[in-house]
Amino acid sequence: MKNILLIAALLTASGAAPAQPKSAADGIAEYRAMLADGNPADLFEAKGEDLWKKKRGPKNASLESCDLGKGPGVVKGAFVELPRWFADTGRVQDLESRLLTCMERLQGFDAAEIARTPFGKGEQVSMEAYAAWISAESRGLRFNLPQGHADERKTFELGKRAFFYRAGPYDFSCASCHGQPDKRIRLQDLPDLTKNPGDGIGFAAWPAYRVSSGEMWSMQRRLNDCFRQQRFPYPGFASDVTIALGVFMGVNAKGAESIAPALKR
Amino acid sequence: MADPMRIRAQAAGDKTTVRVLMSHEMETGQRKDAAGKTIPAWFIQEVSATLNGKTVMTAQWGASISKNPFLQFTVLGAKPGDKIGVNWVDNKGDKRSDEAAVS
Repeated sequence: MKNILLIAALLTASGAAPAQPKSAADGIAEYRAMLADGNPADLFEAKGEDLWKKKRGPKNASLESCDLGKGPGVVKGAFVELPRWFADTGRVQDLESRLLTCMERLQGFDAAEIARTPFGKGEQVSMEAYAAWISAESRGLRFNLPQGHADERKTFELGKRAFFYRAGPYDFSCASCHGQPDKRIRLQDLPDLTKNPGDGIGFAAWPAYRVSSGEMWSMQRRLNDCFRQQRFPYPGFASDVTIALGVFMGVNAKGAESIAPALKR
Repeated sequence: MADPMRIRAQAAGDKTTVRVLMSHEMETGQRKDAAGKTIPAWFIQEVSATLNGKTVMTAQWGASISKNPFLQFTVLGAKPGDKIGVNWVDNKGDKRSDEAAVS
């Protein structure tokens, strides 16, 4: 009888217990939900769509016949299949490197010069806008990177190697932070990028607008900052290693729903 | 010329919720650049909203408003198809006006 009473008491106690205090992650999720309604990425999307159709560059041409992998001028659904192999350049390209090709071939821009330009300056500003609009055209679709071509599989293996490669003064690798679930930096949850971390997480959440800095970041810029945090030398814009990491993350994220352009702290 | 605003106006019964995203640097004048020089203040100073050309709201803004600001307000008595206009003027005299239909 005493035991039964005790159990009843315990049940009552647990029933009346106050709600769990809000975790920091819950607080951030709430903050993001409030901001999501007015995601300034919208502004970049509109700008990107406009720029895409505008005649620009030394050749005074638009990008409307740019082939992002699904045929010339097809933008819808292209983003969730990038990076992929392109026959005309004979290499695996991500969104930004493909845009560089189009800007050079169609519009006559100097791709190497754009790649050297610091983020947020000159034509890199157009690059942010393109990335925002093109990714938005695939919002809600699921990642499905092709792996049919030998180069695509080779690039995946290269990306995997780069992901687990430990170096720098702190002996970091991408996997140090992104190799297991439930890790975080300060208050930001870090996705496990060795597998599909879920819809709209990790690879499926970029490009994104960063509220803290008021900037639109493409995957290239995201990776550039990851390299910085690892105390690695900065990678070249649209360089092979960044594309390879994109293939590795993208293939792992197969089936994840893209929410890009997303909103970040 | 500044980039366009994004305006959405959604009617629900008597009330219409207007959501506006503006593209602006909103520099406070408190920050310094890499060379240590003060970055001059540059922010939206006056905001006004109109319903079918008639002013329904005015606001004075300052340096404490964020970059690429988001503004939301409610208008009474707007009907679907009505025109909501939003205007801003910044401290350099640059201005922008955009319009959207209530849906």
